This record gives sequence, C-alpha cells and structure tokens, in this order.
Amino acid sequence: MNEVEKITGTGIPLLLDDIDTDRIIPARFLRCVTFEGLGEHAFEDDRIQDPEHPFDKPEYQEASILVGGRNFGCGSSREHAPQSLIRWGIQAIIAESYAEIFFGNCTSLGVPAVCASRQTLEALDKAIKQNAKQEITVDLKTMKIACGDQQFDCTLPENARSALISGTYDFLAQLLKSTSEIKERAAEVPYFTSFA
Amino acid sequence: MSNTKNLFDKVWDLHSVKTLDSGQDQLLIGLHLIHEVTSPQAFEMLRDRGLKVLFPERTIATVDHIVPTENQARPFADLLAEEMMSAIEKNCIEFGVTLLDVNDSRQGIVHVVGPEQGLTQPGMTIVCGDSHTSTHGAFGSIALGIGTSQVAHVLATQTMALGRPKVRQVVVNGELGPGVTAKDVTLHIIRKLGVQGGVGYAYEYAGEVFDRMSMEERMTVCNMSIEGGARCGYINPDQTTVDYLKGRPFVPQGAAFDKAAEWWLNLASGPDAKFDDVVEFDAADIEPTVTWGITPAQSVGISENLAPISSYAPDEQTLIKEAFRYMELEENQPIKGQKIDVAFIGSCTNSRISDLREAAKVVEGRHVADHVRALVVPGSQLVRKQAIEEGLDKIFSDAGFEWREAGCSMCLAMNPDKLVGNELCASSSNRNFKGRQGSPTGRTLLMSPTMVAAAAINGCVTDVRELLTPATV
Ligand code: SF4
Repeated sequence: MNEVEKITGTGIPLLLDDIDTDRIIPARFLRCVTFEGLGEHAFEDDRIQDPEHPFDKPEYQEASILVGGRNFGCGSSREHAPQSLIRWGIQAIIAESYAEIFFGNCTSLGVPAVCASRQTLEALDKAIKQNAKQEITVDLKTMKIACGDQQFDCTLPENARSALISGTYDFLAQLLKSTSEIKERAAEVPYFTSFA
Repeated sequence: MSNTKNLFDKVWDLHSVKTLDSGQDQLLIGLHLIHEVTSPQAFEMLRDRGLKVLFPERTIATVDHIVPTENQARPFADLLAEEMMSAIEKNCIEFGVTLLDVNDSRQGIVHVVGPEQGLTQPGMTIVCGDSHTSTHGAFGSIALGIGTSQVAHVLATQTMALGRPKVRQVVVNGELGPGVTAKDVTLHIIRKLGVQGGVGYAYEYAGEVFDRMSMEERMTVCNMSIEGGARCGYINPDQTTVDYLKGRPFVPQGAAFDKAAEWWLNLASGPDAKFDDVVEFDAADIEPTVTWGITPAQSVGISENLAPISSYAPDEQTLIKEAFRYMELEENQPIKGQKIDVAFIGSCTNSRISDLREAAKVVEGRHVADHVRALVVPGSQLVRKQAIEEGLDKIFSDAGFEWREAGCSMCLAMNPDKLVGNELCASSSNRNFKGRQGSPTGRTLLMSPTMVAAAAINGCVTDVRELLTPATV
C-alpha cells in the first residue's frame, strides 16, 4: 500500500454545499460489476444540465485536487462515488465538511479528504479560477495547503491522517491479523452461539 | 449497580475486538446484509487476494435495487441488470452465502427483509453496503451503512475498522395529532437539526412517541437517521420489540428465545444512562410534513408557506435559491395545492404492510386524479402477499394505482421505474436529491405514504387530515 503524505496537482473548483453521491455518480451507472469506466460519468447529470460544469471545462481536465463545500458526499453509501472521482483523476479533496460514509470510503481508497475553512475554500476557488495551472499542495505531515505564495491550514481526523501517512488505510491487512481474536470475541457474543 | 452506559456503548464494547493503531476499533459484525449493487466488487477483492468469507452463515444476500417490478422473469430485459444478477448468484454459490433471489418468496428490499425474517435482532452490529442500514436500529442494534471496500473487509474478517461516534438522545414526548405519522416525526427532526446536524453522532430516539410506536413505525424513523447526517439511529428494545420478533424464522425458539429476550431487554439504556448530547421535541409541534427542496431538511408543515430566501442564513441562501430554481417553486407559496404528476408509495422507508394499510384507507372508494401516474411497490414479496390476502391490492388497483412486484423501484430508479423530464413526484421514499428518481431534472416531494395517497387522489399536495374520514360511497 502506498504511503500518502503529500498530494500536488492543479485544482478543480466545485464550491457547492450538500453535493450528494447521487450527483457524483447517478444511480444508473451503478449497474455494473466493476468500478472501471465510472470516471467518465462523474457528475454526468449535473454536466448535462450545466454546460459550464467544471468537470467539462478543458482547463480542469488535468486537475487532481477537488475543492468542495459543506457536507460533501452526503446521501448514498455507494463507493462508486469516490471510485468515479478517482478514475476521473481526483487524488485529494478539500472541503468544508464531509458526510461520514463518503469520508470513510475516500480514506480507505487512499484519497485524503481534508477540511478547510470557508475563507480558505473561497481563496482556493478564486486562485484556481484565476489560473487553472496553479499548483496546489496538500501536505498531510504539516496539515498545510500551499497554493502559490498562499498557505492555509487544513484538518483531518488523526486516525485517517496516520493511516494515510503510514500507508495502512486499506485496513484489510490489519483486520486479517486478528483472526483468532475475532473468533474468541465471537464466542462471547450471545447470539453468535444462538443463546446456547 | 448504577449503569451509566447507554445501549450504544454496551453493544459497541461487546463487539470491539481490539483498538487498531489508527485509534479506530476493530468491530465484530453480527449480521452482514448484501445486495447486488455494492457487493460484486467486494467479492472480486476477495478473489484477487485469495480470501474466503470467514462466517458465511452471518451474511445474507438479497436482490432489490435493480430488479424490475413489472415483470421479474429471467433473463431481465436490461442486460446490465441481468449481469449483476448473475454476478451475485455466482458469488453467493462460490462463497457459500445464502441468497434470497427473485424466485424466493422471501425476496425484497434488504431493509424490509432483515426485520421480517427476524435476521435483525437487538444487540447486534449490522452492516450493509447501503446507507439506509440505519433502519435496523429500530430493534436496538448498531446498524451502519458501509462502502464496498468495507463490505470486502466484513466478508473476509467479519470485522471492520470504525471510530466510535458520540451518542445523542433525540427525545420526542407528547402526543402526535391525527394524521401525523412516523415519517412526519423523522422529517421534522431532520428539518430542525439539518442534514448535517447528526454528523459524528449515533442517535438514540427516546420518549413517549417512540415508546408507543409499532416496530414498523420505528423502522421508518431509524431509516432516515442517515438523512440527518447521523451515522446510525436506534431505539431501545422493549416488549414491542420482543413481541414482533417472536416466531420469526431466524429468531431463536423456545428456551433460547426467553434467554434472548431477557438479554435484549437488559441492553436498553437505563434511567442513569449518559449521552454526549440531548435534544427534545414536542410531538404537538409536528404536522404532516413535506419536503419542497433538494435536501431532506428542506421541508415544511403542510399548512405552512415556503419561507422567503431572506429568512435563511446568508451562507445558506445560494443552496436555497438553487433549490427553488430546480424545484420550480417560489418563496412564500403554499406547498398545499401544488400539482403533482406522479405518486410513489414504496421504498425501505415506507413499504411495509402497515404503510400499505394506512394508505389504502385513504384511497378506498376514491380514484387517482386523471393526470397522475400512481404506483405502489411493496417492500417485499411477503408484504405483497399479505396485502393481497387483505384485499389491499384491489383497493389500490380499483383506485387507479399500479400494483407492482417488490423492489426499490422509483426510490432510486435503477430499474425501469423512473420519472420523465421534470415530473413532480409525491414520494414516500427518503431522498429528494436532484435526479434521484431517474430523470436528471425530475423533482421529488418526500412525505408519508398516507400523504402520497392523498396527493394521488387530489392530484396535488393535500393535507391528508382532510381525507381521513372514509369516502362516502
Ligand atoms: S428502497 Fe431506496 S433507499 Fe431503500 S435500499 Fe432501496 S434504493 Fe436504498
């Protein structure tokens, strides 16, 4: 598993509140048995209705850092949502706040979803819109966002931060280590043993 | 012994295998429900790593999201849906998991099937790759929606990594007025606390209103916890819970049942239980409630007008304006009388037998307005069968409703049931997000199933209390 310490790339501005996962990837694209090919359908319905949607704009096609608003990723638990963003090219998200399942999904896929203040988001939004080639760095060691000569603070719950930095964000390997403890614990839970 | 632990903490502690380096707990999962949409990639991950399902008997699969509700004969007309069906069938056989398929009389929406079969029990940790897993909290379990990677974790280890949320007690005391349902209670709570109000919390619903509710009503409330941002929601088990479970197929029988019931009842938060936060509501303040916008918190009581944009906090106004634009509604207008195009009774929030019975009472002897397309989609094949035995199908059909097979249907429109263009739908489901019901410009008004029935009859948003007396024949 790769260690995720620092993401550098250009940004894509999507500073809207309550972006739900139905909008990130509409349900009809969940009719699939792999996550391949989801990238091109990210925000498809929003894009159909808004010819100016950032995900369609040529200048943002190389972007890897998404700047969002409040309660990003609310609604359905579909992992297809972060999977489609990753396949589109997103490697990190900066937003005011996240819905919890979405946040957990991002972390377990190695995508840092950091929180920043409204002022920071507005400053980043402005900087990106002025110059789409502007490089942005999200540094998980220092919890700073660098954008040109500006620097901002960001936050990430410590457990997610350490998991990303140490490359242990895919918990499966860790969980698998405790098979005997799992079985011992199960033996103590009344319903696992049918209340015998 | 003074017991300050609430139910959530008791159940969590019992299932915590260990604390991981990240500070999260490795939590043992008692029941893993899976369905066709979020499981295929998880099984693929297991295959890639050569892993097996650790406790196959603790996982149950059903199919609901993509199944057509008109003709369920295989192969499905939609080839992608057919491919997903074949995938879950193949995966369940290969990994030894029980599948309740469309040709199994127990098939239905995963959150309807679990309780109905008695799979869902108090004190369990329950997960499913679906956010409305919170439904199962109605039994006093910790029930969480998870992503596909976590589905793989649970399949392989029967555990997952999770940070412990705080617990907020949401108290509703007093008496609900006539025509005010569990759906209105949950919409009211979300309206007052906001779609993000619950982030970081598990909700314990407590107070007289929940004490008096049937299990099906409790499920409606817990179902929508996630819409208020909470990680999950639960209600303490009591005699209502025990009575509901007795005799269900997956529930222990005989002496084991008595032992189970005793254990369940002891899990309830006692009078000394501590909470990180408590909020209280008065039942008398709750009206039949309708969402008007694009988040479940954007709702009003049926007798209210939509608040002007200027009444919202400045940082909310952009979203509110967008909601008005998208919904083609205006500030200060009443919601009552708004013309609808489609009426949908169904979804894991409100498709159980009591929902259908109550809606049928409103519909009986009346007819759906000419311009309205109305459908009833029972939550499971067993609900459907029961309804037919009670003659509800006939009441709905005679009134002009389409009577369908079990599935998620127009709740998220992954099957052929979809809105067209900018149709406005009165819906008993749980999400009014843009495009949720299958048309990118489709519009959803969430409300209780009886309110949907009333809207279907009058062709516009209606105060169901005006239709509570039977139609004169
Ligand atoms: S009925 Fe709707 S909310 Fe419930 S499981 Fe199905 S799609 Fe999800």
